[in-house]
Amino acid sequence: MSTTVIPHDLEPHPLTGMYNGKFGIWLFLASEIMLFGALFSTYVLLRVGAPPGQWPAHGSEILNVPLATLNTAVLISSSVTMVMSWAALKMKKFGSAQVWLTITFLCAGAFLVVKYFEYTDKFHHYQVWLNDPMPVGGHEVTTIKGHLTADSPKLECSEKTGAFNIPEYVIITPDGDHGSSGHGEAVRVEGSKIKRISNFGPRHSPYLATYFTMTGLHGLHIVGGMVVILYFMLVGGAIWKRSPEKYTNRIECTGLYWHFVDLVWIFLFPVLYLL
Amino acid sequence: MSGHHDHSHGHHDHGHDLPFWRKYIFSVDHKMIGCQYTVTALLFLFFGFTLMMIMRWQLAYPGQAIPFIGQYLSKDIAADGVLVGDGYNAFGAMHGTIMVFLAIVPLAVGGFGNYVLPLQVGAPDMAFPKLNMMSYWVYFCGGVTMLTSFFIKGGAAASGWTSYPPLSVFASSGQTVWLLGMVLLITSSLLGSVNFIVTTVQMRAKGLSFFRLPFFVWAQLVTSFLLLLAFPPLEAAGVLQLMDRLAGTSFFMPSGLVFSSEPQTHMSGGGSPLLWQHLFWFLAHPEVYVLILPAMGIVSEVIATNTRKPLWGYKSLVYSVIFLGFMSFIVWAHHMFMTGMGTTLSTFFQATTMVISVPSVIVLTCLILSLYGASIRYNTPMLFALAFLPMFAIGGLTGLPLGLTASDIHLHDTYYVIGHFHYVVAPGTIFAMFAGIYYWFPKVTGRKMSEFLGKLHFWPSFVFINVVFMPMFFQGMAGLLRRQYDQTEQLHGSIAHGLTKMSSYGAWLLALAQLPFIINFFYSMFKGRKVDANPWESTTLEWAAPSPPPHGNFDKTPVVYCGPYEYSVPGKSKDYCPQHVAMEA
Repeated sequence: MSTTVIPHDLEPHPLTGMYNGKFGIWLFLASEIMLFGALFSTYVLLRVGAPPGQWPAHGSEILNVPLATLNTAVLISSSVTMVMSWAALKMKKFGSAQVWLTITFLCAGAFLVVKYFEYTDKFHHYQVWLNDPMPVGGHEVTTIKGHLTADSPKLECSEKTGAFNIPEYVIITPDGDHGSSGHGEAVRVEGSKIKRISNFGPRHSPYLATYFTMTGLHGLHIVGGMVVILYFMLVGGAIWKRSPEKYTNRIECTGLYWHFVDLVWIFLFPVLYLL
Repeated sequence: MSGHHDHSHGHHDHGHDLPFWRKYIFSVDHKMIGCQYTVTALLFLFFGFTLMMIMRWQLAYPGQAIPFIGQYLSKDIAADGVLVGDGYNAFGAMHGTIMVFLAIVPLAVGGFGNYVLPLQVGAPDMAFPKLNMMSYWVYFCGGVTMLTSFFIKGGAAASGWTSYPPLSVFASSGQTVWLLGMVLLITSSLLGSVNFIVTTVQMRAKGLSFFRLPFFVWAQLVTSFLLLLAFPPLEAAGVLQLMDRLAGTSFFMPSGLVFSSEPQTHMSGGGSPLLWQHLFWFLAHPEVYVLILPAMGIVSEVIATNTRKPLWGYKSLVYSVIFLGFMSFIVWAHHMFMTGMGTTLSTFFQATTMVISVPSVIVLTCLILSLYGASIRYNTPMLFALAFLPMFAIGGLTGLPLGLTASDIHLHDTYYVIGHFHYVVAPGTIFAMFAGIYYWFPKVTGRKMSEFLGKLHFWPSFVFINVVFMPMFFQGMAGLLRRQYDQTEQLHGSIAHGLTKMSSYGAWLLALAQLPFIINFFYSMFKGRKVDANPWESTTLEWAAPSPPPHGNFDKTPVVYCGPYEYSVPGKSKDYCPQHVAMEA
């Protein structure tokens, strides 16, 4: 069996200055820009069109900015180590390239771990909307945000809608003034007074829906990148032995994708957390 | 086995070295993948058509049992053989989805593009053969996913092929399967379009500059850019609708929504149903050009060959098609004039819609002028290509009143709209696909299709397809609304009901008219007249390869010396100068 020789598989085409794979990955990234572009447009359209009060004034009211800053640093570092891996290959240092690649992989993993803690925190944080105002901590409020106590009955989901059924009652510890976990007294709210109850998951509000969808899709891109990097960590040696040039090119393409994924985060961070 | 022969390393033998499953199933050869796409897409085309034939029965004879097949349909679709409303809706939605995403695009781009484009640019294969195989199999999985939705509880998606929320968000789980299927189909198209663009730009043969590319390649290149850039927003929209359905978000659900007289207080609201329409049509308008551009490309090739003349205005054609591609991204909201998005936006999109009609008319004009003064060969591919011209003209020109906000008020959501886009896609694109199949069949199999059966296919098809769609214009102008399960309520015995029956009979007769094609296709594959590599005496590079082309395509890497349509060059012994043959002074 023989294989067909594809022109410009390795050597750049004089017109574009790129080998096929690099040109292909740029085109793929163009389509990715349209994908995330559509999501950013969705964000803009929904937020601009929303009545006052439906969206938080700043994302930082709900989200954890220090953790996200840490994640930004981790991801930018991983972009640097990715380039270092490619640079090492260009200098024919396969061993150090694989080390840099491994560090990139670990950074990506660290990013996801931080993201896991951020997500979990949201899923254990609740909001209760009330039919009529009631006094909590000396104020009349129409909604209470906080954590459900251990003796609060377990919430059940409606089979039809997937949303939480309104329980007989809940016992909730309201948050402090700046969104910190409250140390105030737990409040018992009867089910008859509850209009709606939700955790800070995607269904909570358009803002969190956007947050979870965009960061979720971005997270999937990270996972995809990690699979590719892991593949090259495992079988890179074999490809390098067969054709160093081919392996270098593949790492370059992986790097382009990886920088793009980082870049998406560079936009997501201010748009979702700071604005 | 006495003598040892060392001749089996010739190009022709590569294909035979592979085991069956590598050669015919998980093949990386662009030609085999093109054939896989073509066959799969033709099957889906037939299936989508069948759905419509059943719906046409309900329209012509509402409440009567469907003959022959009614008894075999499940109770959710047809009770006692009578198509039920939900079944009608599901069939309608799936007819649209299957025809657009599973039949015509895969046929035009996956089938013809895969087979012909690498040959026409003189490449041994696609730039990424494995990716090419993957895009076929992702498409196949998407198709299977769509089909399985007929068998799940609640039936297939029934919210129209446009899947407008909130309806689609409240719909049964068939809609979720539809969304998952769409994600697969979109992924397949993306992989394919990357492959097409890289192949066209990077792998052109020596001497094949951009302005020597056959028009078909240009059409495919622009189409690929449309697929590449327009599909991702629909993928995003699909993800958002999945979130609305599965995670309870409210991207498309407005505040204060009431469904089945129940206030939807469990959801946050704050979404926008119009947002879906914007994202959907941002894809689906370029999609219209994805459907029509490859058809224009095929028709151009067939016309150039069979008029024995260069295409009239080749550069105008190329510039028009590029401009069409660009403009197709900024006309989408002319599908949304009636949604109350505002007169300012409507006016903008009305203006761009009028602008985009200009390049379409230029393309059509160039193709018609190409016929002027030619001694035309009226073979089957040429008949289909010639029929394409007036049919596409009718389809295109009837679109103008829909693009003007004032006349759209009356025509929106009537049968006029259905007539309009089916004229573009059915006697337009599908006829061009038939032209392409008859035209390139000798290249794929080494045998010609029967001319007699071909003409027996063409003439009835041409007549009956007009019988199907022409009445819809009159019905639409009379105000008959589309997507109705039972039209008699609205028509109550008016003349327009007779036209409904006429359309239905047209559809069933059209199905009969496809029998000669099916017979011809299989008969000619094995028993057709054997022909040499260039039976139409054509100029473009695919005819320089042997028929059928072996793995790797060309015996010797072609070099291009001239433009794509050098027919009837004065002072030459032959009336055609192939691109790969150096012209003597």
